[in-house]
Amino acid sequence: MSIVSITLQNNDDARPIIAAILADNPKAELSNFPAMVKINAEGELIVNRETVEDKLGRPWDVQEIHLSLISLSGNIDEDDDRLRLFWRA
Amino acid sequence: MQLDLKTIEVKQRRQTFGHIARRFGTDRPASRYEEGTYDVQAVEHFHYRPTWDPRFQIFDPNKTRVKMTDWYALTDVRQYYYATYNIARARMYEAVERNFDLVERANLLDTVDPKWLAKIRDVLVPLRHYEWGANIVNAGITYDGYGTAITQAACFAMADRLGLAQLISRIGLTLDNGDGTSLDGTAARWTGEAKFQGLRRVVEDMLVVDDWFEALLAQNFAVDGIVHGLVYGAAIPAGNALGGTPVSLMCEFIAEWRTDSAKWIDGVLKAAAKDSPENAALLAGWYRTWRDRALEAVKPLAEGLMDGAAASALAEVAAQLDARAARLGIA
Amino acid sequence: MNAINSGASKKRLPLKEKYRHLTRGLHWDTTYQPMNKVFPHAAYEGIKIHDWDKWEDPFRLTMDAYWKFQAEKERKLYAVLDTFAQNNGQTNFTDARYVNTMKLFLTGVSPLEYMAHRGFGHAGRQMAGVGPRVACQMQSLDELRHVQTQIHTMSHLNKYFSGFHEFPHLHSRMWYLSVPKSFFDDAVTAGPFEFMTAIGFSFEYVLTNLLFVPFMSGAAYNGDMATMTFGFSAQSDEARHMTLGLEVIKFMLEQDEQNVPIVQKWIDKWFWRGHRMLGLVAMMMDYMLPKRIMSWKEAWSMYFTEAGGALFADLARYGIRLPKYAEVATAEADHISHQNWAIFYQYTHAAGFHTWLPSDEEMDWLSAKYPDTFDKYYRPRFDLWREMEKEGKRFYNMGLPQLCSTCQIPMGYTEPGDPTSIAFRSSKYNGDTYHFCSDGCKDIFDNEPEKFSQAWLPVHQIFQGNCGGATMEDVLKWYKLDGDNMDYAQSLDKKMWDEWQAGKNRVSG
Repeated sequence: MSIVSITLQNNDDARPIIAAILADNPKAELSNFPAMVKINAEGELIVNRETVEDKLGRPWDVQEIHLSLISLSGNIDEDDDRLRLFWRA
Repeated sequence: MQLDLKTIEVKQRRQTFGHIARRFGTDRPASRYEEGTYDVQAVEHFHYRPTWDPRFQIFDPNKTRVKMTDWYALTDVRQYYYATYNIARARMYEAVERNFDLVERANLLDTVDPKWLAKIRDVLVPLRHYEWGANIVNAGITYDGYGTAITQAACFAMADRLGLAQLISRIGLTLDNGDGTSLDGTAARWTGEAKFQGLRRVVEDMLVVDDWFEALLAQNFAVDGIVHGLVYGAAIPAGNALGGTPVSLMCEFIAEWRTDSAKWIDGVLKAAAKDSPENAALLAGWYRTWRDRALEAVKPLAEGLMDGAAASALAEVAAQLDARAARLGIA
Repeated sequence: MNAINSGASKKRLPLKEKYRHLTRGLHWDTTYQPMNKVFPHAAYEGIKIHDWDKWEDPFRLTMDAYWKFQAEKERKLYAVLDTFAQNNGQTNFTDARYVNTMKLFLTGVSPLEYMAHRGFGHAGRQMAGVGPRVACQMQSLDELRHVQTQIHTMSHLNKYFSGFHEFPHLHSRMWYLSVPKSFFDDAVTAGPFEFMTAIGFSFEYVLTNLLFVPFMSGAAYNGDMATMTFGFSAQSDEARHMTLGLEVIKFMLEQDEQNVPIVQKWIDKWFWRGHRMLGLVAMMMDYMLPKRIMSWKEAWSMYFTEAGGALFADLARYGIRLPKYAEVATAEADHISHQNWAIFYQYTHAAGFHTWLPSDEEMDWLSAKYPDTFDKYYRPRFDLWREMEKEGKRFYNMGLPQLCSTCQIPMGYTEPGDPTSIAFRSSKYNGDTYHFCSDGCKDIFDNEPEKFSQAWLPVHQIFQGNCGGATMEDVLKWYKLDGDNMDYAQSLDKKMWDEWQAGKNRVSG
């Protein structure tokens, strides 16, 4: 399987999202760069609304991820409860 | 290490960019609107001609019959650049959001005369397609127009009209308790029901106007002046007598937007008319054509919303628009 | 957040359903005017679309949510810009040489953001399906955001440094800026589907990470918080754009198999065009950042070989392969930044930014990052030029270079597999001979000679007397250069920077 990735700003808005991704995706690997983090995983990465809300302590709209997103690699599927990144090959 | 600004001199070499300084004849500090707008569009040395229409350069002042000494005379009096535009719209939407909340939580629509609500559903909700047409017209001007002053404002108008189409849809969702039934059939009604056909023909004709300035005037001044003037200027306030205040609350964004948009388009038309008598005559002709067509087209909609009061309301809307046109020098 | 219909006590529609109602539901097929007259550019490129409703919306933003998020981003960004200006943040850069990367950015990249704004306006008018049309419209708005936030960020630097003050003017006149300008002129004069393939897919999805991500991280590393902030803030839109680019490609490929060869040809063309243009970025990363974040070669490997490899593996199901000459581009990653910096070093008297020779420490870094090429092919040339500088004979090349008729870069690139001989290719068209730097550029010309023979080639124009006059001095005046050119060592920027540093040292005792 190919590697999907998501790159987020390294700031207070993004930290709960980063924590949620690492909690929900056991295969996820995080790399630090100045002011940003890149998370790679084989085949698929999921950002769950509920997990982010747990980390954040307030309701969170999946579309709020747009405020922190820097880049991604993979096909996208987004609904009310989660953002999924995946390759089909 | 932090720099102590008091003890070393950090001297400026210039206040603004060369093209801005030349425009104002002096190197003075410039606003973000000025720096983000003036001369940002390329005007020379285009490498290739559009493959779909090689008659023109990529950006070409000859795509309209209007001639301007300076295309940057068509400034936006609101001084919207991207940031101020979005911040203004977000603030307006926040206010209408509270109105929707109030209407929905307190079930305020239960207090409205059902006959008025039926008219809203019957006439106003399908007019989301009218807004969608306006979105497409303004998208066209975003590319075809000449100079950032007019094209960025057209781009904002494009976004505004998608926003209005969605806001009207949201009014529909509020009317049908969120199940979407009020929206399902609107396209079929817009294309099939007799009372919408006159307006739909006007809308579709605007989509194929070649001259982008004519499309700009037709949509954002003449036809909007009649359609919005009738629906949001006359009918919705009149509905308050039928307990329609909650509907007015949901339309508040549109009311505020009309004032905002009129400032822009009035300023643009005034500047174009002022530039030459030829422009003024051209604009006046376009105004007359599209105003007359719109006025004829909305008659059945006026009757659908206002019954016996329709004719006098329409006459008033037309008179107000004519007065506005006269003030701008395009009557 | 309070997007449409949330906060209601009534039934809440799921996001996908809501978006269908509020966007897809707006469409009708026109009948008073035929659809092909309302959307006249939808078909002439030969792309066949049978069912626009099959379009998958990747992100389902309604306009109110767009305004809300974008307003929040802008408030944050402009607060940083104001603070940066008030505190004279530019005095905390690692070094004033760094500012030259920003000059190249404002004159070379920001005007492209503007062209993207207009180009997506065109696509957002001409795409006959609602889903892609709305997505293109939002991208048109975003691109306007990018050019304006960049101008507003650089506005502060313009008050102190050379090289910014004539950015739109330079973009249309300066010889090396015809490289990015012709790139985007090419894209916006193509039909809406090729434009989407060129910009939405090949540039945004495959290559833009190479421009923004390492570069903005580099800005952060060099103390430029304003640039880092606009860059990352722009990237938050870019993720949406990348996704749109990928969806457009998938949509075309799924709609009709006859679309596949057309799309493949466009991918081949725009990959190579993008690769050539990004050579400028390669040079920025390897030579112009005082503190380097990663080499161009490393960035290429991470963002093209790895991420692009995964992408093209995913697209293989449609019969799409890696872009033609991808392996050539990857091999060139070992050379391109060095060759470009050498070109600009020689011609910096006619450029809108300063150049310099790498220091010993920097050359060692380059040796380490490019173990197969730097010491062997490039260090000796820099050593020679350094000797000349010591003798007071800093090398300026007073001739005018021949330009490639496609990418418009001076013909200085070497043969694949032979870094010691310059590559020359040529084609005949209508009795004239056109020259190219590579097989990739020759192929592009040969596919559309009618288009590429129209190019406004700066060197030809200078020879024809269309650029202010016959002498170098006339041309520089026509560029409106004013202390913006020549070696960094003699620059006003350096003089001012040294004064600031002396001031700092005085203050810190």
